[in-house]
Amino acid sequence: MRSASMQTASPLDASKKAPRLPLFLAISGALALLAVLLPQALPWIKTPFIFSTAFGIAALGVAILVRAGQVSFGHAMYMCLAGYFVAYLSRWAGGLDAILLLLGGTGFAALCGLVIGSFVVRYRTIFFGMLNLALSMVLFAVLGKFYHYTGGTDGMRVNRAAIFGVRLDRDGFESALLYLSVALAMLIGYAVHRYFRSAAGEALAAMKTNETRLEYVGISTYRVFLTGYVLSAALCGLAGAIFAISQGLVTPEMGYWVRSGEIVFISILGGVIHPVGAFIGSLIFEFVKLYAAAYLTGAWQMTLGTVLLVMVFFAPDGVAGLLARRILAQEGQERKAGGRP
Amino acid sequence: MDSQTVLLAVLDGLSYGALLFLVAVGITIIFGVMNIVNMAHGSMFAIGGYLAATVGGWLLAASLSPYWAAVLLPVVAVVVGVVLGGLLESLLIRRIYGKDPVLQLLVTFAAFMIFEDLQRLVWGGQPYSSSELVSALGVIDVLGISYTTYQLLVVPGTALLVFFALRLALRRTLVGKQVMAVAHHREVSTTLGINVRRVCLFTFMAGSALGALGGAMSVQTTSWVLGIGAEMIVLSFAVAATAGLGQIEGALVAAVLIGLARSFSVYLLPELEVLMPYIIMTLVLLFRPQGLFSVAQARRV
Amino acid sequence: MKRCVLTRLLGASLLALGAVAAHAQAPKPGELKVGITTFLTGPASVFGLPAKAAAEMIIEDINAKGGIGGVKVVPMFIDEGVGGDRMLSEYRRLVQEQGVRVMLASISSGSCNILAPVAEDLKVVNIMYDCSAQRILEDRRYQYVVRSHGNTTSEHLSSVLYLLRTKPDFKTIAVVNQDYAHGRDSWEMFITALKVFKPDVKVVAELFPKFGATDFSTEVSRLQALRPDVVLSTSWGGDLDTFIRQAAQRGLLRNSTFMLSLGESSLERLGNTLPEGVIIGARGDHYFLHPQFKDDPQFQSFVKRFKERTGKYPIYPVFHMAQALSALQAGYDIALKQNGGAWPTDEQLAAALHGSDSAGLTNKVLIREDGQGMEWQLWGVTKKDPAYNFPVLDRMAMYPPELVTAPVGQSSLEWVQSLKPSIINDPSILTFPASTSAK
Repeated sequence: MRSASMQTASPLDASKKAPRLPLFLAISGALALLAVLLPQALPWIKTPFIFSTAFGIAALGVAILVRAGQVSFGHAMYMCLAGYFVAYLSRWAGGLDAILLLLGGTGFAALCGLVIGSFVVRYRTIFFGMLNLALSMVLFAVLGKFYHYTGGTDGMRVNRAAIFGVRLDRDGFESALLYLSVALAMLIGYAVHRYFRSAAGEALAAMKTNETRLEYVGISTYRVFLTGYVLSAALCGLAGAIFAISQGLVTPEMGYWVRSGEIVFISILGGVIHPVGAFIGSLIFEFVKLYAAAYLTGAWQMTLGTVLLVMVFFAPDGVAGLLARRILAQEGQERKAGGRP
Repeated sequence: MDSQTVLLAVLDGLSYGALLFLVAVGITIIFGVMNIVNMAHGSMFAIGGYLAATVGGWLLAASLSPYWAAVLLPVVAVVVGVVLGGLLESLLIRRIYGKDPVLQLLVTFAAFMIFEDLQRLVWGGQPYSSSELVSALGVIDVLGISYTTYQLLVVPGTALLVFFALRLALRRTLVGKQVMAVAHHREVSTTLGINVRRVCLFTFMAGSALGALGGAMSVQTTSWVLGIGAEMIVLSFAVAATAGLGQIEGALVAAVLIGLARSFSVYLLPELEVLMPYIIMTLVLLFRPQGLFSVAQARRV
Repeated sequence: MKRCVLTRLLGASLLALGAVAAHAQAPKPGELKVGITTFLTGPASVFGLPAKAAAEMIIEDINAKGGIGGVKVVPMFIDEGVGGDRMLSEYRRLVQEQGVRVMLASISSGSCNILAPVAEDLKVVNIMYDCSAQRILEDRRYQYVVRSHGNTTSEHLSSVLYLLRTKPDFKTIAVVNQDYAHGRDSWEMFITALKVFKPDVKVVAELFPKFGATDFSTEVSRLQALRPDVVLSTSWGGDLDTFIRQAAQRGLLRNSTFMLSLGESSLERLGNTLPEGVIIGARGDHYFLHPQFKDDPQFQSFVKRFKERTGKYPIYPVFHMAQALSALQAGYDIALKQNGGAWPTDEQLAAALHGSDSAGLTNKVLIREDGQGMEWQLWGVTKKDPAYNFPVLDRMAMYPPELVTAPVGQSSLEWVQSLKPSIINDPSILTFPASTSAK
């Protein structure tokens, strides 16, 4: 535990207000347009885009925790829980609409987040991270072991569902799911942005700078953190449900700790300063992974690991932070040039 | 459960626990001194194993006696610890002191990812094994069950040796005392004139070497594949967290505890075998988050 | 069912002759891309890499003779070792981005369970070349998915029959199988069949270490304490190698008779770790010293070339790959002929595969109307041979596919329970004399 006086101003100090930059709105719009238009020329790109969107949503969930100064290396378990819930639902209540499956998966993950969070949020830093890790490994091991209930390491299939009551063939289904995911991503990005600027979101950021003072002011850090935790679990759950429905398969690997690490990676790579960062990070991640086999002899982990190291030392705010800094610098110069104080 | 099965479970558990200790103690001393959780520690374990398998292959090809491995395994461990650990510390770890803890974890995670691909590029995707030493040492019969001498005596023996050597080094040697001072309070140690940078480098190299030793010893009895580092990190976390990060004595007890729990569950509740380390870790963290053996610290504001 | 296939063939031929409907005629591709999934990394790669080498070698031979239908064949490999989810993404990418229309997938039953429905959905022809899960083709009728070899039923029913012939008086048995689809299904098939013929057998332990496990010391300890008469394992690849090595280190192979249903693929790698008297299955009639083919010049030439190329004798994944590629060739030959020489569509190829038969390197395999392959099963017992530094098979027996495969439309598990003990010594079983060298 470092004393506050020793603490250097962290680049991730999210108490800085995320700048109201029209640039980010423009980028969000551009990404959404890209996701919708590019598949017209390259139909196979729909699936990687759906995955990017899903992981971006999960990274947003983790960004909520990062705002409070905590990191969880176990949040892939919420993706996994939601995915398996969707698989069971589609098996027992065959013919359920995809929308219901998504709601079900998200709701289940949020519920688990509430139950688990109720005791996990009492911990901080290393212990918080490790407890989440331990729980995710328990889930991973259980799913892999109980072959007759969970399909073991082979996993379970998720049959294709109707969307809004319409049964589509594979091509139409993928398009519909893509549009749905992108729409959800934009909605959620906006919601998270509002959350960060709300009282609850600011309290979450305050937990990072000085938790005791927050308690002193009369705000229950337990409640603040629990709310943030449940939200992050719900977002990871939604991501898991989207993934399960699009892949058509859930395996215990979805909950492996390395996956959790990758989600944290994505959120930092993209930058937690603005929700669009999570999606930028996720696109970079997905496409490097996809093309590594073709261009980098499969060494995607080495590539991305090096990229992350470079980012941490030179641009710790992530890609979004880089962009924000550039715009602020430009604005600053314009102001100087305009002669304003 | 009859007495023969109990003895079997105890012996299996002790052997497995000894291996866990060797790997976990590395992570725990690094955290104790530098306050950093090194996620790349599992990579030290994996690379130690790969290198030991390669060395074993050379011994075989040169028709040298497998007993040479007894000398070469620690050498492999030291090489990995000094070279990789030293590189990692001086290039990366040193520069992230004082940064946000999230970034610190991510830097070591990125290092882990790089090392995973490094293993694949150097050693390929096929499994490696190197069991000449184990075969040479033969078997021991205990109550009608054969155990390899290696598993029964060499591994626990090495773990105990390491344990006592560490204790001795930390309490009696000058370097050891400096390490303990830095672990206790970094700033005060600097004012006392201790070269904290060098101490940290040394600790990191020693911790990595211990992880690599665990790998080098483990490869003699198991088959080495990609991904074994990732598995071992969580297991060694489980041990270190159960003990209390920074507690060496605790790490030994926790490792044995987890080893015994796992081996007993193989006989009593076989389906829960893989879960045991994580269940124990969860339970301990829930009721005593600092670990079983750590001293409570006042939270500094 | 045959009528349905015939009608389809007739309809397709008519449409092709019409040459107006664009859908009935596929343009002849510049090259025939074939996607092949195999284990390139991990413990199973010791099994998957020989299959890759075989594919490359055989495809070179095919291309040297002008390719399939005059088109050059280009293999594209997918790694099964990265896990089901990543493999699935790569499979989809090959089909959707690279336009691959023929896939040979997979080795692992787990992979096949995942990929078969996806192949059907993507409408690509998928030949399962090494996975035995019989249920894939029993639970559902597939149009595009077939299997070019036997399945769990033929493999493990014949294993029970061979065990009862070789060691009829054992009382206790334990199983150590990999914890995934094949490990679980093969045990279910084995014990169901065994209980039909030997209802009072005692199962002392059912151990399922995880797929890709690297440490079996706890399993070995338990077996040492229990001392069963027979230890069965349907493990394969690196898992089997490690398990046998660890068991041998502690003397377990001395105390119990081991039965390794997929052991032919590990004979050379295990070398003299394996003692004599271990029951070995070849997962089909695949063995480099096959009693019917070892003197055949074409067979010998292949074995020799494979050994020169890879340094090891061919094992059954190699033979399975040969079978799959010859089935593919046969399918295209039939479809091309029926199409009047024009390149067939995927549907025509899929239809041509059903009911075709072809020979890889050993006996012919018929692909039935339900997509299941009918393959002979070879079993033997290990015996030392001074000519090789690993044991060879002795007292071999071969089981004909009709004897050990469930009829079309019947669930294998139900059919097995209706069998009579007289089939243990059925006259259609081929046996080969024990080698004369004194033991």
